[in-house]
Amino acid sequence: MIARITHVSVYVLDQDRALEFYVQKLGFKKHTDIPMHGGGRWLTVTPPEQPELEVALMPTAPWGPWSTENAAAMRALVQQGMFGFAAFKCKDVRATYEELHVKGVEFTMPPTQQPFGIIAVLKDDSGNTFSLSELEPKKVKP
Amino acid sequence: MEPYPKAYLYKRIVQAKMLMDERFTEPIDGDLISGEAAFSHSHFIRLFKQVYGVVPRVYLSNLRIDHAKQLLEAGSAVADACLSAGFQSIPTFTRAFKRRTGHTPAVYRELSGVRDRHKQAEPLEHIPSCYASWLGWPQKGDPG
Repeated sequence: MIARITHVSVYVLDQDRALEFYVQKLGFKKHTDIPMHGGGRWLTVTPPEQPELEVALMPTAPWGPWSTENAAAMRALVQQGMFGFAAFKCKDVRATYEELHVKGVEFTMPPTQQPFGIIAVLKDDSGNTFSLSELEPKKVKP
Repeated sequence: MEPYPKAYLYKRIVQAKMLMDERFTEPIDGDLISGEAAFSHSHFIRLFKQVYGVVPRVYLSNLRIDHAKQLLEAGSAVADACLSAGFQSIPTFTRAFKRRTGHTPAVYRELSGVRDRHKQAEPLEHIPSCYASWLGWPQKGDPG
């Protein structure tokens, strides 16, 4: 029986820049940073209050199984914002939006009241999109 | 026009929180940041807790402890980590640190050192084998 997710991957255009974005802007914590022999770098961060979930910041570069052609295709798709697989939870979307907005994080949707709660959508420094919603959504009465 | 009701309240609370984020190593009092937010003391504490889940004093202490953890992980001495993180005394630091992490600063430093040395010595034990094999990094027991 599957119990939990321990690792997920986010493809980024530049690992150093992504590390700075996730740590300095989003408040994630650096977990593991290991340069690997034969090329590559294993770089993971964890959400501020979820230290057991490692997010691997994977490069869009020709390494490991990635051919030059596939890496370039992946890079182009990331840049175009074609990936957005994660949903972040926070205590208060509006406060989080205010802070990240001040820090220069780009939002494709500001905090918006939906029937199921308030959501916002942000982009990371590579172009990946993530939704923000609240741990305890404030529902709109019908 | 404000993008949503009471946006100005959020801006002021967030401003106070970001001030703590930037200046937590200085001798500031989390509950006295209300001046920055231009609120009365009690109103500020109540709104801050509503937004961040903890009162400003606890938020500030947690920031300092998290910073001290990073310093200890990098090999700093306990006394240096205490002062650099903004604590005024080692006993206060030790109590707060143990309450948040479950370990004293000295034990935490030792444990993180062991973990780091192991990461350097056996990096592949810190990478899920599915990733490692997919990326072409050989696991223990692999031929050649």
